[in-house]
Amino acid sequence: MGTNDQPLVFEISKPGRVAYSLPELDVPDCPTEELLPAEYIREEPAELPEVSELELIRHYTALSRRNHGVDSGFYPLGSCTMKYNPKINEDVARLDGFTHIHPYQDEETVQGALELMYRLQKNLAEITGMDEVTLQPAAGAHGEWTGLMIIRAYHEANGDTKRTKVIVPDSAHGTNPASATVAGFEAVTVRSNEKGLVDLEDLKRVVGDDTAALMLTNPNTLGLFEEDILEMAKIVHDAGGKLYYDGANMNAIMGVTRPGDMGFDVVHLNLHKTFTGPHGGGGPGSGPVGVKKELAKFLPKPRVVKTEEGYRFDYDMPDSIGRVKPFYGNFGINVRAYTYIRTMGPEGLKQVSRDAVLNANYLFRRLAPYYDVPFDRHCKHEFVISGRRQKKLGVRTLDIAKRLLDFGFHPPTIYFPLIVDEALMIEPTETESKETLDAFADAMIQIAKEAEESPEIVQEAPHATPVKRLDETEAARHPILRYVKA
Amino acid sequence: MSKYKYLPVTEEDREAMLKTIGVQSVDDLFADVPAAVRFNGELGVEKALSETELYRFMRGLAAKNTDTKSAVSFLGAGVYDHYIPSVVGHVLLRSEFYTAYTPYQPEISQGELQAIFEFQTMICELTGMEVANSSMYDGATALAEAALLAAGVTRLKKIVVSEAVHPEARDVLKTYAKGQGLEIVVVPARNGRTDIDRLESAIDDQTAGVIVQYPNFYGQIEPLKELEPIVRKGKKSLFIVAANPLALGLLKPPGRFGADIVVGDCQPLGIPAGFGGPHCGYFATTKKYMRKIPGRLVGQTVDEDGRRGFVLTLQAREQHIRRDKATSNICSNQALNALAAAVAMTALGKRGLPEMARQNVLKARYAARRLREAGFELVYDGPFFNEFVVDVKRPVSELNKALLKKGFIGGFDLERIDPTMKGRMLVAVTEQRTREEIEAFAEALGGLANGNE
Repeated sequence: MGTNDQPLVFEISKPGRVAYSLPELDVPDCPTEELLPAEYIREEPAELPEVSELELIRHYTALSRRNHGVDSGFYPLGSCTMKYNPKINEDVARLDGFTHIHPYQDEETVQGALELMYRLQKNLAEITGMDEVTLQPAAGAHGEWTGLMIIRAYHEANGDTKRTKVIVPDSAHGTNPASATVAGFEAVTVRSNEKGLVDLEDLKRVVGDDTAALMLTNPNTLGLFEEDILEMAKIVHDAGGKLYYDGANMNAIMGVTRPGDMGFDVVHLNLHKTFTGPHGGGGPGSGPVGVKKELAKFLPKPRVVKTEEGYRFDYDMPDSIGRVKPFYGNFGINVRAYTYIRTMGPEGLKQVSRDAVLNANYLFRRLAPYYDVPFDRHCKHEFVISGRRQKKLGVRTLDIAKRLLDFGFHPPTIYFPLIVDEALMIEPTETESKETLDAFADAMIQIAKEAEESPEIVQEAPHATPVKRLDETEAARHPILRYVKA
Repeated sequence: MSKYKYLPVTEEDREAMLKTIGVQSVDDLFADVPAAVRFNGELGVEKALSETELYRFMRGLAAKNTDTKSAVSFLGAGVYDHYIPSVVGHVLLRSEFYTAYTPYQPEISQGELQAIFEFQTMICELTGMEVANSSMYDGATALAEAALLAAGVTRLKKIVVSEAVHPEARDVLKTYAKGQGLEIVVVPARNGRTDIDRLESAIDDQTAGVIVQYPNFYGQIEPLKELEPIVRKGKKSLFIVAANPLALGLLKPPGRFGADIVVGDCQPLGIPAGFGGPHCGYFATTKKYMRKIPGRLVGQTVDEDGRRGFVLTLQAREQHIRRDKATSNICSNQALNALAAAVAMTALGKRGLPEMARQNVLKARYAARRLREAGFELVYDGPFFNEFVVDVKRPVSELNKALLKKGFIGGFDLERIDPTMKGRMLVAVTEQRTREEIEAFAEALGGLANGNE
């Protein structure tokens, strides 16, 4: 077996081959030196590949075969909602009238795009129980930061400048404290209690007149519903803070309960999660932000509004936090999300959440006898188990994850949330069948047995992937971040 | 049977699953949601449509837009109509790529990881930098993150930015700056380029970074060679260049002029205008700042058998490890669009990219000549890439409405960003425009502006 089984595109490159076709130049030519000052002309062409079109296609097809997506198989990556990506979304997003329109065209010529944005905003406001929505943020973390900047502007407008702290639970996504920092706040941690929920006593301890906001995911990253949410909202609001809802787990509660009704003031959604914009191998996403009325004037500008003469961009927002992104957000992802909402409708969206929760609880119960269960109660759309029992046998959660690869499954999120030792965070989503869940459960049960009977099978996994375990330490110690011709 | 094609759970499944769980109904699984916050009734979202109805409805919405495949566009200002090789769309539709997420499990994500490693390499090649990340949301947020990096490493708060940087990128920078308490100093442009004297007086020992755009918002090529020594007059200040990657097929890369950070948007490389997004930011820098770079990085390594492979690396910078101490809060990026750009750069290749860039310059030159012949003056006289500012003597918005009736999408109305720029149109001419279209546009604009129609 060779050491470079899959050549880099640079390694298959051969001078003289092309994979493009530009028209003959139909305007007068002249030497580059006459077009541009000599010192601004590139001396050497950039070392880009030279391949034929078939070689290009074979290269990327080969790469795609070394990649696992939702279409390849089960992908229960917790907190990421790896549900099916509908094909009609892709067809619709590729219509010329959506793909080939320029953001600076006259509003008259993009009424369909504006109408779509307006309709999507309304639908998202209804789903979350908020009053106004912006589609500008590009992803979840970008939405978090946008929402926090809005909260910051709100406090500043009230002359309330000493609110420098944002409270995040110890179970929170890493983006929460990171976004707080970028927005200029100090992140303060609130503890979880023995039930896996925010400890109210600890919340009372950390909250104060310096609290700008509490960021919360509900259900939380353990997949548990924060049942004391109204009391938490009261504690934070009484102290003058705002409640921020991280919408990463929205897939659990559509049509069941709404962040706006739980007391949240600001919400972001991940349209690439709950609303099927594909994950794209890491993006692009879309992270709309919804707010209650009193915060609406701080939203990023422009906003899409409906007037008697049609849809318009409203730039007249003197209190706006400003722009968070050029143009109007990741429009193409928003087209997909709107298409999905119209495929499912109100009843369908509720059924999505009910099935997501059913699937998660079913899988949870099938696995519970074989793995440690840190919080033994009904979960929402995801759940967390622990590999502590297997760790005592010398099999780590990382090993379990790698062994799952041999069964053709993408592993769950591992070692997160941080408050659970050897965590496996499993989110099956509603688009998976009972048969798939059973097959995954059977594999997990087999791995638990292997851990007892023949741990080396698990410790040495994966056995069936194109590459074996990769040396991440070496990658970080001596970083090679680009190809350099030998 | 299920009513929904994406929901496979049947009644029979549901019964069996509830039995395993040990509850009577799905409602029991929501018993922990307090009654006071329950949503009763049906969400007021729009009704469901069948696939046929929905496709028809969405086509109807799309048809209300005038797209640049049916109108002839001379509109750019940061977003351009370029040749997208057919292979790009076909690769993007390989669902192993688009239905995957961040490659946390490298053994089954080698395809994505290698494609991004190749992308990083191509960005380094184009920019003349040593390190590039796996992508940012867009050019503007990449620029803002560059400013944050500069402020972070210098521990200074002042960022100097040229007025000839894209106005929306400057707006985004301002919003980011507010969060971090940075001071933004805007240096005006003179004759369409950064005013060097004003730049010099704006830079001091408190300057963390200086940002210019290459070619700049007005299409002019900033003299990076002259700017760099001025940037260095700030003892610590970093030289940040926002560059159009297509232009770098022909222009000397900012890395050769001593840039510390080069950012930009890959939209011109395989990504359609798409009403402004999703596009794809890139971020490139020197080895010195490698461990401060925002976002994900792919690195090469070996597996247990010594076989080459790729992983996400230097993750200690990132939010999921460092939380509030991370170099950025970015998590999801624009991976699929980075793949699009990589495929486009592969298709165009070593010869096609410079050829396409050259066609842009030549066609823009030709359009400028025809417009001059039609009686217009170019507002700036410096060298330009594929965009230039022309004085059309009348309000651009009026002219653009009239041009639209003739099948043209006119250039950007600079009055939108600066009331003193009334009657100034920023005209973009890419390789997509034919000689006939350019001539017809010059003629139409000439007729309208000179009041012949």
